Amino acid sequence: MNQKQEKTVILPLFGLPRLIPYLRPYRKKMVRMVICALLVSLIDALYPLFNRYILNHHVALGTLEGLPLLIALYIGVLAVQSVMNYVSLVDSGSMEVTMNHDLRNAAFAHLQTLSFSYFNQNSVGYIHARVMSDTGKIGMAVSWRMMDCIWNGSYLLFAIIVMLIVQWRLGVLIIALMAAAAVIISLFQPVLVKLNHRVRELNSVITGDLNEGIIGARSIKLLNIEDRMQREFEADTEKMRSESVRTVRWSAMLLSLVTMMSSFALALVLWRGGALTREGIIRIGTLSVFLSYAVGMIEPLQFIIQNIAAFISIQVNIERFTRLIEEPSDVSDTPEVIERYGDSFAPKYENWEPIRGDIEFKDVSFRYPDGDEYVMEHFSLKVPHGMNIAIVGETGAGKSTLINLVCRFYEPTEGEILIDGRNVRERSQLWLHSSLGYVLQTPHLFSGTVRENLKYGRPGATDEEIIRALRMVSAAGVVARLGEGADPSKTWSAQDEVTDAEIIKGLDGVVGEGGSQLSTGEKQLISFARALLADPKLLILDEATSSIDTLTEKAIQNAIKVVTRGRTSFVVAHRLSTIVDADLILVVQDGRIIEQGTHRQLLEERGYYYSLYTRQYEEI
Amino acid sequence: MSSKKQGIFPNSIRLIFFFLKGSIGLFALSMIFAALTSFLDMMLPRVISFTVDSIIGEKAPGIAGRAGKWLAQGGLALLKEKPWLIALIVCALALAGGIFRYLSRCLNEAGAQRFIKQMRDRLYEKIEHLPYAWHGENSTGDIIQRCTSDVETVKDFVSEQLTSLVRVVVLIILAVSFMSGISLKMTVIASIFIPVVIGYSLFFYTRIGPAFEKADVEEGILSAMAQENLTGVRVVRAFGREAYERQRFETQNRNYTGYWVHLFRIMSANWVTGDVMTGLQYLLVNVIGAVFCVRGDITAGQMIAFVSYNAMLTWPVRSLGRVISEMSKAGISLERLRYIMNTDEETDPENVSEPPMDRDICFENVSFSYSGAAAEALHDVSMTIKAGSTVGILGTTGSGKSTLMYLLEKLYPLEEGRITIGGEDIRSISTPYLRSRIGMVLQEPYLFSRSLAENISVAAPGAGMDRVRRASSTADLIETVDRFGAGFDTFVGERGVTLSGGQKQRTAIAQMLIRECPIMIFDDSLSAVDAETDARIRRALERETGNATVILIAHRITTLMHADRIFLMEQGRIIESGTHQQLIAQNGVYRKIYDLQSAGKEGQE
Repeated sequence: MNQKQEKTVILPLFGLPRLIPYLRPYRKKMVRMVICALLVSLIDALYPLFNRYILNHHVALGTLEGLPLLIALYIGVLAVQSVMNYVSLVDSGSMEVTMNHDLRNAAFAHLQTLSFSYFNQNSVGYIHARVMSDTGKIGMAVSWRMMDCIWNGSYLLFAIIVMLIVQWRLGVLIIALMAAAAVIISLFQPVLVKLNHRVRELNSVITGDLNEGIIGARSIKLLNIEDRMQREFEADTEKMRSESVRTVRWSAMLLSLVTMMSSFALALVLWRGGALTREGIIRIGTLSVFLSYAVGMIEPLQFIIQNIAAFISIQVNIERFTRLIEEPSDVSDTPEVIERYGDSFAPKYENWEPIRGDIEFKDVSFRYPDGDEYVMEHFSLKVPHGMNIAIVGETGAGKSTLINLVCRFYEPTEGEILIDGRNVRERSQLWLHSSLGYVLQTPHLFSGTVRENLKYGRPGATDEEIIRALRMVSAAGVVARLGEGADPSKTWSAQDEVTDAEIIKGLDGVVGEGGSQLSTGEKQLISFARALLADPKLLILDEATSSIDTLTEKAIQNAIKVVTRGRTSFVVAHRLSTIVDADLILVVQDGRIIEQGTHRQLLEERGYYYSLYTRQYEEI
Repeated sequence: MSSKKQGIFPNSIRLIFFFLKGSIGLFALSMIFAALTSFLDMMLPRVISFTVDSIIGEKAPGIAGRAGKWLAQGGLALLKEKPWLIALIVCALALAGGIFRYLSRCLNEAGAQRFIKQMRDRLYEKIEHLPYAWHGENSTGDIIQRCTSDVETVKDFVSEQLTSLVRVVVLIILAVSFMSGISLKMTVIASIFIPVVIGYSLFFYTRIGPAFEKADVEEGILSAMAQENLTGVRVVRAFGREAYERQRFETQNRNYTGYWVHLFRIMSANWVTGDVMTGLQYLLVNVIGAVFCVRGDITAGQMIAFVSYNAMLTWPVRSLGRVISEMSKAGISLERLRYIMNTDEETDPENVSEPPMDRDICFENVSFSYSGAAAEALHDVSMTIKAGSTVGILGTTGSGKSTLMYLLEKLYPLEEGRITIGGEDIRSISTPYLRSRIGMVLQEPYLFSRSLAENISVAAPGAGMDRVRRASSTADLIETVDRFGAGFDTFVGERGVTLSGGQKQRTAIAQMLIRECPIMIFDDSLSAVDAETDARIRRALERETGNATVILIAHRITTLMHADRIFLMEQGRIIESGTHQQLIAQNGVYRKIYDLQSAGKEGQE
C-alpha cells in the first residue's frame, strides 16, 4: 500500500513552483488581485493618521474649520478602498474555485488513463481525497492565504514605515516588541499544527467507529457485542475529549499571550510616548496613532505566521497532487497508436478496423507489477473468434489474470497477445474496450436510473432493445419492480408476467448509490443486460453466476448460450455444471494453467479437473 | 421525520439539557470569566484617557471614591513623576485579563468536549440498542450525518454561538455604559449603528444560508461522481467510457465552480458593505468626537477612549448577525438528534428466562411481513428442527430463508405465530442470552476494521491464539492468512487488506466457530467460495460442530444434501421437506432443481 504517513519536507518555496502551469492562465487576475490588496492595506494603515489629524488639528486647536473637506476626503478614500476591496475579494474567491476546478479536472482526467495496478495499490478513499480535498487545499492556498499574506504583510510594512517617519524612537520600541511577539507565535505554531492534526485524526477514527457501528449493526447484534463496541467507542471519544482540551490549552495560551503583548505595547506607548508628549516632542494625535498601531499590529502578525504554517503543511498536498498527475500508466498507448486511433478522450473512429475477435496468446509470461512471482509463464493459446472459453480453478488460483490480460487491463511482461492477428499494443485501448462486454463478480451499478445504467455500454440503445436484452437475461421482473407504484413483492420470477409498459416505467426507477436498492443477484442480472446491450464482440463473465439462485441461473445460462454465439467469450465460474458446454476449458491452479481441453477430454484425462468435477458430487 | 412522537424527550430543550449534564457548570463558569475578561479589557481605555488628560495633560482626574482620594493626596504627583507606574498598571491589567481569558477559553472547551462526548456516547449507545428494523428503515449516510455534522452543529451552538452571544451582549452593555460615562449624547449617536449592522447581517446571513446549502449539495454530487468513477473503474474501462465520465465530471465541476463564483460575488459585496458601514461609523465617531472636543464637552483623552471603546465593539457587533442566523440551524439539528434519541430500544420483557438451548427449535404458524412491504415475506411457516440435527433450507432469492433466521435471532419482532426452543417461546428468552447462543454467518458478512485475529475472537473474549487458529483451520482460512505478510495480525478493512468475498465468508465462519454456540446458522455463507473449498469446509465442519444444531441455507444442493432434513422454500412458504432421498423420490421442485444443478454430470454418464 502507498498510504504511508507523508513526512513534512520543506520544498523550495513550499512546492508552489510546481503549480506554475496551473497558475499561468490567471496571471493577469493575480496581478490585479495583488495590486488591489496592496492598496486596500495601505489605506487601512493610513486611517489612524486621519484620527491623528483630527486630534492634532481640530481638537488641539479647537477649530472645526476644514472638517467638511476632511470628511469628503475620508469618504472619497473609503469609496476607492471599497472598490479595490471588492475587486480583490471577488478575484481571490474566483481564483480559489477556478484553481480547484482546474486541478480537479486535471486529476480526474489523468485517473481515467491510469492502469489497474494503480487502483489495486491505492484505496478508493485515498485517491478520492487526492481529487477532492488536496485540490481544495491548494486552491485555498494560492488565493486566500496568498492574499492574507500580502494584505497583512503590507499592513505591517506600512505601519512600520508610518511609525518610523512620525516618531522613529517610539517606532523602534514597538517594532522590537512585535519581533518578540513574532518569536512567541512562531514557537507555538508547530505545536498547534501537530495537535490539530492529531485531533483531526481522532475525529476520523470516531467517524470510522460510527460507520462500523451502523453498517455493522446486524453483525454486532448477532455477535451480541453491543457493550464491547460501546466501551471501545467511549474510549475513543474520551481520547478525543482529552486531546481536544489539551490542544485548546495551547491555543488559549497563545491567544492570551498575544493579547497581553498588545497591551504591553500599549503600556510602552503610554509610558515612553506619554513622556515624549509631556515634553512636547509629539502631540496627542501622534500618541493616538501609536496607540492604534500598538493594538492593531498584533493580529496581522498572527495571521502571517499562521499562513506560513499553513503553507508548510500545504506542501504535502501539492506533493501528493503532483505525484498523482505525474503517475505513469503501466498500460498506455504509444504516440503512434494515439496518432492513428486517437486517445480515450478523442478517439478517431474513422481509422478503427472492425474487430473480429480472434485472440492469441503468444509465449506470454506475466507477473503483476507489485508482485515478484510470475503467475503465467510461456503460455500460448489460440482462440478463434466465436469460441467460448471457460476458466475454472480454486479461489485465488489466478483465474482473473487471464481476463485482465485479454482486456488489456494489464500487459504481458514477456511475449505478446494478438487480436485479429495483430499485437494488441498496435491498437488503442479504447478500440479494444469498445468491443468488450463485461460482467463483474461484484457487479457495479452507477447511482441513477436503471435506463442510464443499461445504456452505459451503448448510449444509443432504444427502449425496445433494452427490453429485449432484459427479457433475455430474465431481468425484466427486477426492473419492473423498481417502477413507480409497482408491486414491491414482484421479483425476478415475475419475468413472464410483466408487460413492456411496466418495464419502461421501471427503467426510470433509481438503483440507489452503488445499486443499493437491488440484491447482489439482481445487480448481476442488470449488469448482464448492460453487457448484452453493448453487443460486444468479446464477452467476459467473471464469476458472474456465483450468487444467483439455481432457477435464475438456469435462465441466464440459456441466455448465455444465445448471446455467446458468434462472440469470443471468457467465463470464469465456480460451478462446473455451468461450463460443460464450453469449447475449451482452462484449469488454473496456483496461477498456472495446468490442464486444457473440452469437458469430455478433461474428464478422460482423469487429472485435476476430473477430481474437481467428481468431488462436487461425492458423498461426504 | 416523526417529530410528533413524544418519547422520552418531549422537546429539544429537554434533550439539550440531558446532553448538557456534566458540562453546563463549566460553560457557566467560562462565561463568568469571559465577562470578567471583557470588564478588564474595558479598563484599558479609561487608563489611557486618564493618562492623556491628567498625566500628560493638566485636567483634574474625574475619579471618585478611594482611588480619587489617593490621587488627590499626592498619588497623581507620584504618577506624574514616575510614568512607568502607569505602564505597570496596564501590564497588571493585561496579565489579569490574560489569565481570565485563558481560563474562560479552557473552561469553555472542557465543557464543549464533555458535551460532545456525551452526545456521541449516548447516540452510539442508543443506535446499538435500537431494533434492527430501524437500521433497515434509515439510511446509513443519514444516521452518520446526524451523529457527525448535526452533533457538531449542536456543539457549536452551545459552545460558540450561545457563549459568543452572551459575550457580545455583555460587551455591548459594558462598552455602552463606559461610553455613556464619557458622553451620553455621543453614545446615542454612535450606537445607532449597532442595530443597523446587526439587522443587516442578520438579514443577509439568513438569506444566504440556503445558497450555501445548495453549494454543499452540488459538492456532494461532484464528490459522489468521483467516488463512483473510482469504485466502478473496471466498468468504465471495460465499456470504454472514459470520455463520457470525464465530460460528466467536468460539467458538474463547472456547475459547482460557477455557483461558488456567483456566491463569492454576493459574499464580497456583503463584506465590502460591512466595511463601508464600519468606515462610516469610524468617521462619525471621529467627527462628533472632534465637535464635542471643540465644544469642550469632552477632553482629548476621553475622545481617544471613546474611539477605542467603539473599535472594541466593531467586530463583535458585525459577527452577531451571522451568529444569530446560524443558531437557527441548531434547532433543526437538535430535532434530527431527537428523532434518534426518541426511538424505542429493543427491550426484553421482565422475567426473561435463560433456558438450555440444546433443544428442539419449533416454528409454529409463523407469518411475517417487513414494514412498508405489501407482500408477506413469510406465510404460515411451521417446522421443527431437532436438537443436534443438521437441517438444510433451500430456496430462491427472496423466498424468506434469511427472514426465518432473522426471526429466530430476534432481529425482528415476531408478529404472527411463535417460535419455541425446548418449548419456551423465544419472546420470553433473554435476547443477549439467545444471540450469544445462536451463531449466524451472513452471506455478506461484515468485518470490523481491526486485525484478523481480533475479528475472529471479537465475540469470544479471552479466546487465545490457539482457539483462533483452530477455528480458522476449520474454516479453511489458515493458508490464506499465512499468505498475508502479517498473518493473523493483518489489518482488515479500509485501512488494511481488502478481503475477497470468499475470504470474508471464511473469516466470518471462524468468527462463529470460536464461539462454540449450541445452534449454528450458515446463511448461504459459502456462496463466494468455489466448490472444492466449499466441500473441504463442510467436511471440517462436520467434524467440528459436534452436538450443535446446524442450519444450512443455500442455493446449491450439494451444500445441504447430507442434512438430516431439508426444507424447500418458495415465496415465504415451505413447499417440500424431507431427506435428500425422500425429496428426490417425491419428484417435485427439489428434484427439478437437483436435475438442473447436476445436468452436466448426467449428460456425462
